[in-house]
Amino acid sequence: MHLEEGTIPAGYVKYIRTKILLLLLGLVLLFILAVLSIATGPVSYRPVEVLRTLFMGHVSRQLDVVVFNIRLPQVLAAVLAGAGLSVAGAVMQSVLGNPLGSPFTLGISQAAAFGAAFSVMALGSGFMQSAASDAITVVRPGMTTALAFAAAMAATGVVIVIARLRRGSPEVMILAGVAMGSLCSAATMFLQYFADDVQLAAMVFWTFGDLSRAGWREIGIISLVTGFCSLYFAFNSWNYNAIDAGDETAAGLGVNVRMVRFLGMSLASLVTAVIISFVGVIGFVGLVCPHMVRRLIGDDNRYLIPGSIIMGSILLLAADTAARTMIAPNVLPVAILTSFVGAPMFLYLLVRGYRR
Amino acid sequence: MILDVRDVSFRYNSRPVLEGVTFSLGRNELLAILGPNGVGKTTLLKCLNGILHPATGTINVEEKDLLRMKKLEIARDLAYVAQQEQGGRLTAFDAILLGRRPHITWKVGREDIRKVDAIIRTLGLEHLSLRHLDEMSGGELQKVCIARALVQEPKVLLLDEPTSSLDLKNQQEILSIIRHIVTGHGMAAVMTMHDINSALRFADRVVFLKGGRVFAVAGLEEITPAMVREVYGIPVVIEKVQGYPVVVPVQPDKATPGV
Repeated sequence: MHLEEGTIPAGYVKYIRTKILLLLLGLVLLFILAVLSIATGPVSYRPVEVLRTLFMGHVSRQLDVVVFNIRLPQVLAAVLAGAGLSVAGAVMQSVLGNPLGSPFTLGISQAAAFGAAFSVMALGSGFMQSAASDAITVVRPGMTTALAFAAAMAATGVVIVIARLRRGSPEVMILAGVAMGSLCSAATMFLQYFADDVQLAAMVFWTFGDLSRAGWREIGIISLVTGFCSLYFAFNSWNYNAIDAGDETAAGLGVNVRMVRFLGMSLASLVTAVIISFVGVIGFVGLVCPHMVRRLIGDDNRYLIPGSIIMGSILLLAADTAARTMIAPNVLPVAILTSFVGAPMFLYLLVRGYRR
Repeated sequence: MILDVRDVSFRYNSRPVLEGVTFSLGRNELLAILGPNGVGKTTLLKCLNGILHPATGTINVEEKDLLRMKKLEIARDLAYVAQQEQGGRLTAFDAILLGRRPHITWKVGREDIRKVDAIIRTLGLEHLSLRHLDEMSGGELQKVCIARALVQEPKVLLLDEPTSSLDLKNQQEILSIIRHIVTGHGMAAVMTMHDINSALRFADRVVFLKGGRVFAVAGLEEITPAMVREVYGIPVVIEKVQGYPVVVPVQPDKATPGV
């Protein structure tokens, strides 16, 4: 058999360009959405004013305060949390070879909720409703966050250790995650049963993810962790593609499957735990966004990972903006909206017959 | 000598699977590993690729000790085609490009893309190159997997039952492709098989495994009905059809012992 001379096929170049174009389009959409989101609220501004405040300096004192102290942090929190949860879901689905991989199915969210509930009950941190400003003030927020994070990482640790004992098999990881999730839910319910009114309110309120909780410091931490992990994931997209083709094929291509899976799971869980502990439980972004991107640009992780980052940002930002404006002046917790949109979408995927 | 396997043993936990397996393989040679289900054919293939680590023995690839090589180094010398591939929403071109993974770290170069294109042309897969794997038939998918293994530019090709889920036409096509590649490019190939007749038709030599040991290493002319009966436990006759030896199972009373 004679080996032919190769060229760079035009069809393939076009195919790759389409994907890159889609990603760029997503970025543009995200930017427009962000500007609109900053512009809308109890007091609406023109997008041009927002752009000038953001990039060309001072327009008015009021705009400076509203944009930089209130709306920009919330928009950034939505973008970063959406990106992080979505990319974590995409990576979990890839390394576990399972469409159900997500912070929810692996028990991370439930563990964080338990940590927060425990902190409210045992350590007296929590949320208080202040009648004067009609806003929710947080009592010792650091404590709740720290405990939520600790519980989430502990649950992840247990899942990963169990999976390591069983040679890193993906099925074991999913099942162990389901078991941990249900254990944590039960523990949370136990605490809730014995909680008084104020404690119960604080616990339940914590589980409603709310992006306005994040200030500049939290945003800094979330962006650092999400940024670092996203870079790591992007760097490993070839390895994830190889694992998608099957563990043995991947091993045949020189991929250290167990190590890639272990690190991928650990970092994806870290991103999730950091985000959830700062902004509360936000469901379905990690599960649904990667599936939407898979439908749009396919399973190739080189594009799936950046695509999931962008799609997660867009979705959570859109949901958060809707949650702020739908029943204004009241604010709906964004997590309610994401689940309302996410659950039917997920059912649709189930009925249609999904691929990974 | 391109691949030299000496005294390889392997245990799952403490259950011995392979005992003292020894054989070797030269350039341009196609070797078939035959034996009943569960005899350790796939295990042996995985040992050859460093996916599993043998308890004892040595495996040398062109005088290099495989057991001391890093995973990436192994992947540059040996390509593995697994029995069952999961086809996701990935184009054939990208799936084949994955075969360049042992040679690239971060970015795909123009040279990698040219090599993929060359293999696609060589195997005549141009019409498939932008199709998604999950839209392909078993035969097409298997060709893509072989193309990916070839673009790895290995010295030895390892194939785990390359024709097990294919129809007659695709079996012939896939095996002809493998045969031609091995002969034409100074490569060598080891494949595990169930279909003894396909092995007799396309391979140069056959390794019979029985009870985790090498029962016989035989050239095509040296295979006897007694050998096959010993390995598979049923009586057979070997006839020639149009010049090819064909193994036919027979009723116990009709077999002539020792033929």
